[in-house]
Amino acid sequence: MRTRRSTRAGQYLALVCYLVFLAFPFLWLVSTAFKPPRELGSLHPTWIPRDPTLGNFRQAFDEQPLLEAALNSLLAALSAALIAVVIATPMAYVMARHRTKLSAAATGWVVVSQAFPFVLVIIPLFLILKNLHLVNSLPGLITVYVVWSLPFALWMLVGYVRAVPRELEEAAAVDGASRLRTLVSVIAPLLAPGVVATALFAFITAWNEFFFALVLLKTPEKQTLPVVLTHFLGAEGVADLGPLAAAAFLATLPSLVVFALIQKRITGGMTAGAVKG
Amino acid sequence: MLKKPARLTVTAVALASLLLTGCSDGGGRGRDADGRITLRFQSLAWQKESVDANKELVEEWNAAHPEVRVEYVHGSWDSVHDQLLTSFEGGEAPDIIHDASDDLADFAYGGYLADLRKLLPARLRSDIPRRGWETTTFGEGVYGVPFLQEPRVLIANEKILEESGVRVPTPERPWSWPEFRQIAKELSGGDGKTFGVAWPLKDPVSATLNLGLSAGGQLFHRDEDGRAEVRFTEGDAVVADTVHDQVNTDRSASAATLGMGGSDTLPGFFGGKYAMVPLGFSYRQQIAQQAPEGFRWKVLPAPAGDEGPVQGVSPQTLSIAEDSPYKKEAMEFIDFFLQPANMARLAKGDWMLPTGTAALKDPALRTEKDGWATGAALAEHLVPAPAQSVRGYPEWKDKVATPAYQEYYSGAIDAEELRKRLVEDGNLVLARYQR
Repeated sequence: MRTRRSTRAGQYLALVCYLVFLAFPFLWLVSTAFKPPRELGSLHPTWIPRDPTLGNFRQAFDEQPLLEAALNSLLAALSAALIAVVIATPMAYVMARHRTKLSAAATGWVVVSQAFPFVLVIIPLFLILKNLHLVNSLPGLITVYVVWSLPFALWMLVGYVRAVPRELEEAAAVDGASRLRTLVSVIAPLLAPGVVATALFAFITAWNEFFFALVLLKTPEKQTLPVVLTHFLGAEGVADLGPLAAAAFLATLPSLVVFALIQKRITGGMTAGAVKG
Repeated sequence: MLKKPARLTVTAVALASLLLTGCSDGGGRGRDADGRITLRFQSLAWQKESVDANKELVEEWNAAHPEVRVEYVHGSWDSVHDQLLTSFEGGEAPDIIHDASDDLADFAYGGYLADLRKLLPARLRSDIPRRGWETTTFGEGVYGVPFLQEPRVLIANEKILEESGVRVPTPERPWSWPEFRQIAKELSGGDGKTFGVAWPLKDPVSATLNLGLSAGGQLFHRDEDGRAEVRFTEGDAVVADTVHDQVNTDRSASAATLGMGGSDTLPGFFGGKYAMVPLGFSYRQQIAQQAPEGFRWKVLPAPAGDEGPVQGVSPQTLSIAEDSPYKKEAMEFIDFFLQPANMARLAKGDWMLPTGTAALKDPALRTEKDGWATGAALAEHLVPAPAQSVRGYPEWKDKVATPAYQEYYSGAIDAEELRKRLVEDGNLVLARYQR
């Protein structure tokens, strides 16, 4: 009994440490965003700004088109997530349910492709998009994001599909359900958390992506948030810290909101109610 | 004959392609239907005053030149090399390119940048000193116009300086390196809590090499064939040994700041922990903005050796893409953009020094306030950074020199091991680029 209690306490302690580790940079970012310049240079920084100000936010919005950039990022990330999931879900189902040498090779290729550095593919990609007249356009960037996140999305979804017992489909067939009906009424609800998690992954990947956006988008009104954030940085890493922190804080909010809204879907019982009594 | 599902797929793909193509703007450049030229100018200006100055100058140009419109594109220092390389390869580079001279070598040798020798107007050519042009000369050609530069200076806590009674250096009479070492000792608390100097050496190579010129250190030497090789002389050891001894022997320099960037040292500087911090001239903007109420600071020239207060710099540059069909017009814009009054405006916006001799005479750049006068007095001693035209330098710097200097400064290796690594390992790297 005592052993179990101490184990539980240890688990909670580890969890708290992990949460502190994860939360510290974000909380520091929030703190910095509200500090006036003179507090940023303090030898004894405080968590709570002594003289909190919204000046950094005002300056950030005055100097950079943050709102337009956020809308561009949102459009690119949502589109990429949606398209990636729509394409990846049926592919994942086929790869999971019909295991062949081809699907094994495809899975291997998916994993290997994740190791490619951006710099390796950017020039050919740029040339292809240029020929398609998709350079300096959000559709071009969305296309890249879909292609970039598709392998991992596929890999994730294959795992989720495999976790759904095949017996459920067989039971549905015995009950007289058609193939389509089985997919829609039996498989889809059970797969939903996985699809949502995959969409979230694709969204966050696209939302945070910097290099492709930097290279592919030239006109200021099309640039995404990560690119605009770098406009607060000078040569050799010098930064306009206050406005940068304010803008970066705002940039993290959509991801947090999206995650907060759908996290229950992700953690919701994966196969709750799946097995007939 | 396609089956129905296949037909549907093909139709969907075709529609999607049309839709995507319709959404894009093609990104073409050149002449409009009415014959007007549009030049794209990618600027890396980032501080508000500098961005404003850039945009105002572009607007002024556009108002006066309706037939040659300049489109301002806000670039980013972050990943600028990769971004430009991709643009060059894809034939989509901006016509006018803002960069730094130490980033131009690969682009110049790669044929991506236009040789400006036949395009440069006499006014601009004569306004910028020869040592400025040397920073953008690669082989026979000139591939950029250097326009802003910054020396490395000592930013000192004036109160500590006054209380110590040490001689305050001037551009005419800077401290020698041994004198600097002695004074740093005097300004140290000796208790391990306050230090005479804080060296922010996250990037130790450029600081060491550029300051090393004052002591006669070249490190890179060229033989008769023009091949570069690393040789470590007594002059190269002066700066490196000073830093090493201050950290490890005198304890007059903080070991904690060796891995920091310049901005990271400012809280300690404002808090009186460090009496002096060697920083780029433009850091004054951050200091002016962040210094606590009543904090007094002073700009001092960097220490000098036998060669005087000479220093290596990599100025910011404006170049023209080789692919640009309107090189003449692009140079006309650069000439306008870098008129003396405009160059001074840009320098003030970035808290840097102009390369042009006429702009440097601007009274605003000669004022004692914020150390402008000290910087202006150092301008004539700024020469090309020793390594910037050496092919293979970036790899030498990242793989050999940075870890070697970092380990030497922290006391992990001795001077002999530093020399061995820089020279022997370094020349192996350079040899691959000069076969």
